[in-house]
Amino acid sequence: MTSAQAPAVVRLTGVDKVFHVGDQTTTALTGIDLEIRRGEFVSLIGPSGCGKSTLLRIIADLIDPSGGEVAIGGKTAGDARRARDYGMVFQAPVLFDWRTVEDNVRLPLEIMGWDAARRTSKAREMLDLVELGDFLKHYPYQLSGGMQQRVAIARALAFEPSILLMDEPFGALDEMTRERMNSEVLDIWERTGTSVVFVTHSIPEAVFLSSRVVVMSARPGRITRIIDVDLPRPRNEETRESTHYFALVTDVREALRDGQAGRDGASAGGSGTGSLDRVRAEDGVG
Amino acid sequence: MTVTTAGAGDRMGPRAAGGGRWRGRAIDLLPAAVVFVGVLVAWELIVGALALKAFILPQPSAILAALRDNWAAGGRFALSTSAAATLLEALGGLAIGTVVGVVVAFISSRWVTARGVLLPIAVAAGAIPIIAFAPLFNNWFGVLNPLSKAMMAAVLVFFPVMANVIRGLVQVPPAAVELMRSYAASEWTILRKVRIPNALPYFFTALRLGTTLSLIGAVVGEYFGGASFVLGRIVVQSASALRYDVTWAAIFLMAGTGIALYLAISVIERLAIPWHSSVRGIDSR
Amino acid sequence: MATVATRPPSTGDGARPSWVRGVVVGGIVLLGVALVWEGVKFLGGVPWREPLALPGAPVLHDPPFRWQFANDLNLPHVWNIVLTFFEPWQRNADQNVAQYLIGTALYTWREAALGFLLGAALGLFLATLFVHSRLLERAVVPYVVASQTVPIVALAPMIVFAVGPSVAAVVIVATYLTFFPVTIAMIRGLRAFDPRAMELMQSYAASRSEIFWKLRLPASLPYLFTALKIAATASIVGAIIGEGPGGINDGLGRAIITFNQYYITGPEKLWAAIVVSAALGIGFFALVRGAEVLLMRDRPADAQG
Repeated sequence: MTSAQAPAVVRLTGVDKVFHVGDQTTTALTGIDLEIRRGEFVSLIGPSGCGKSTLLRIIADLIDPSGGEVAIGGKTAGDARRARDYGMVFQAPVLFDWRTVEDNVRLPLEIMGWDAARRTSKAREMLDLVELGDFLKHYPYQLSGGMQQRVAIARALAFEPSILLMDEPFGALDEMTRERMNSEVLDIWERTGTSVVFVTHSIPEAVFLSSRVVVMSARPGRITRIIDVDLPRPRNEETRESTHYFALVTDVREALRDGQAGRDGASAGGSGTGSLDRVRAEDGVG
Repeated sequence: MTVTTAGAGDRMGPRAAGGGRWRGRAIDLLPAAVVFVGVLVAWELIVGALALKAFILPQPSAILAALRDNWAAGGRFALSTSAAATLLEALGGLAIGTVVGVVVAFISSRWVTARGVLLPIAVAAGAIPIIAFAPLFNNWFGVLNPLSKAMMAAVLVFFPVMANVIRGLVQVPPAAVELMRSYAASEWTILRKVRIPNALPYFFTALRLGTTLSLIGAVVGEYFGGASFVLGRIVVQSASALRYDVTWAAIFLMAGTGIALYLAISVIERLAIPWHSSVRGIDSR
Repeated sequence: MATVATRPPSTGDGARPSWVRGVVVGGIVLLGVALVWEGVKFLGGVPWREPLALPGAPVLHDPPFRWQFANDLNLPHVWNIVLTFFEPWQRNADQNVAQYLIGTALYTWREAALGFLLGAALGLFLATLFVHSRLLERAVVPYVVASQTVPIVALAPMIVFAVGPSVAAVVIVATYLTFFPVTIAMIRGLRAFDPRAMELMQSYAASRSEIFWKLRLPASLPYLFTALKIAATASIVGAIIGEGPGGINDGLGRAIITFNQYYITGPEKLWAAIVVSAALGIGFFALVRGAEVLLMRDRPADAQG
């Protein structure tokens, strides 16, 4: 499915991003060069603050880069967005409370001016694909977190975008649900042949899903290594237990550690979230 | 500040719809019903037994009788005519205040500066005893013109409606806007498909609050002078005539009208945004 | 008014203006209102004359239109409202309008403050009862809510009759309007603790009162202050409304009624009374806000309203 000869759908050259907040400037990304070929499944992995979500949003034309070039299948990112090349899935499902499951999937099709009959048949087809065909008339609040996220995936795929951009889509799910969703996403990807850019925190998830894993490091955000994942497809539970899989997981882990080595002395990685949690608990206005 | 009169029971809303929900609801209401009957019976018996200042606090049966005897139009305290007049003032004010509030909110939600000016005014207006304007409105619109009372009600209704609708239009989850932008949706589409549905619960919260405020506005306007056959005047006139049974009948008529309006809006809300009344218990955004 | 905040105050709109910014924005808004006001009179008012001039004085400007709502009776000149503060409040009175209104405002504020304190205490007490007993909550809270559907203007005469025309009657009216927002907000606030913190307290086998003082009450403070700010204004409304039937002649309520009676001869005076009422409301609000800032200064910004 993935081949070196396939044309590039995403080509990033020397992309930088600098944020200005008040009189402070933060370099979120620097010197990003990356090429993603048609039909590839590429994961972006790295510690918090490495700019992987920012990079995804630059590809999606939701944020402008400060420097460098973004080409999406030969177009600018803006033109690609207006040509409806992107399907997005966020960490939260972002379903609209006031629409049924079916209506949520129909939303992008309404915006893109499909006629009503095609909208309905396509929405049903996509919901069948994510195995939610029995929940068409349910409202989002009646579904579990994993089911809501599957609706979001169905919605993202409904208009057959050429690129699927996923920003930690399973970050809020428990480990078991996450593994099941991983298999489902792979299944859908293999059937639709779309290109996927997938942001994640999870090393096993990145290895299991991807054709290539892009390892990033923080301050400033940059790509430190790109690891080819040559696990055979289709991947399944056996893949997760193979020694090659474990070797690749170790590879990615070491690449992450190497990337972080530079700033280990400066600050302890975990303490940040811990203290945030504590503040939340104390103020009690969750 | 977001304002609502919704009770504290909101968080207890059951997640699943179904038959159990109605039974749960009946059990929720039972203690209140018991108190209602209990207080009514105790009131009737104690006042009857002691005959204690009975003329201030007449028995419920006496109040009910006063309501019946003074209901008809043409009498000295024509309660039906008066209630209709007050209700008309309140509804007129509710309509004017709501329409103007929504229109101003839509216009100002498009411009950050307009919001920057209007929201502090709405907050300041919340800190001002607006009822002090009632005599002024009587002078402006004519003390005998029901419009002067309706305008008082409209001003009270306007601020919470405007502030809430602005919030509903503006406080959309950022990811929802990103999603729409990834579809290359226009601002107009985002307004129709995201902002307006998002604002509906805020709007209904303000509207429910507005029912009470509009009645208060109308009665306050009446208090500073005007036509005789309105509930506010009936209260004053019957009290000065020492007809406290009529006074209480008028007071309960006001409360009943207020509760009826409130419930009517709640029913409309349930029908209009079923997805929200069901979610409210879980996600109190 | 039955205006109650039942949501956490963290629904702010991004940048939270400091009080300095508030005063500046307020000043600009007031200036804007005055400009629009005079602009309307410039276009459609009656002929402009010198401030406080008698009819027949030379005309300074003749507006092109004549709109009824913009005449000097319905919409007096801003400068005349300002200048009226320095006129005697009644014919042959020693005090000018400013002195008189400030005196009445302070008198009304004392009544309101007393009602505010009683109402806040009552509200806190009721909410504490309700959060500790679901049964009591379900049985009584609907009537607490229903109590506010009776316009207070209608109840005031009955309260006055029951306790006699006195300051006490006015204070009761103010209390009646104050306890409600505090009760409803605190039923929420006293339950707004982090559930994990509650489990922690229970793991210490903390008593109900320890949980109340060390967890529930501190966690509820943002709700309390949001309610108190609403209650501050409500108590002023109550005091103003109560003074008429209560037979209190030294307060703002009486001043409004009196100046309303002389509206035809001096509309500026009623406007002056309204301005002072507004200032009193905002002043009391600001006082509570100040206490909030002082007490909540160590909390993260999003926990403050």
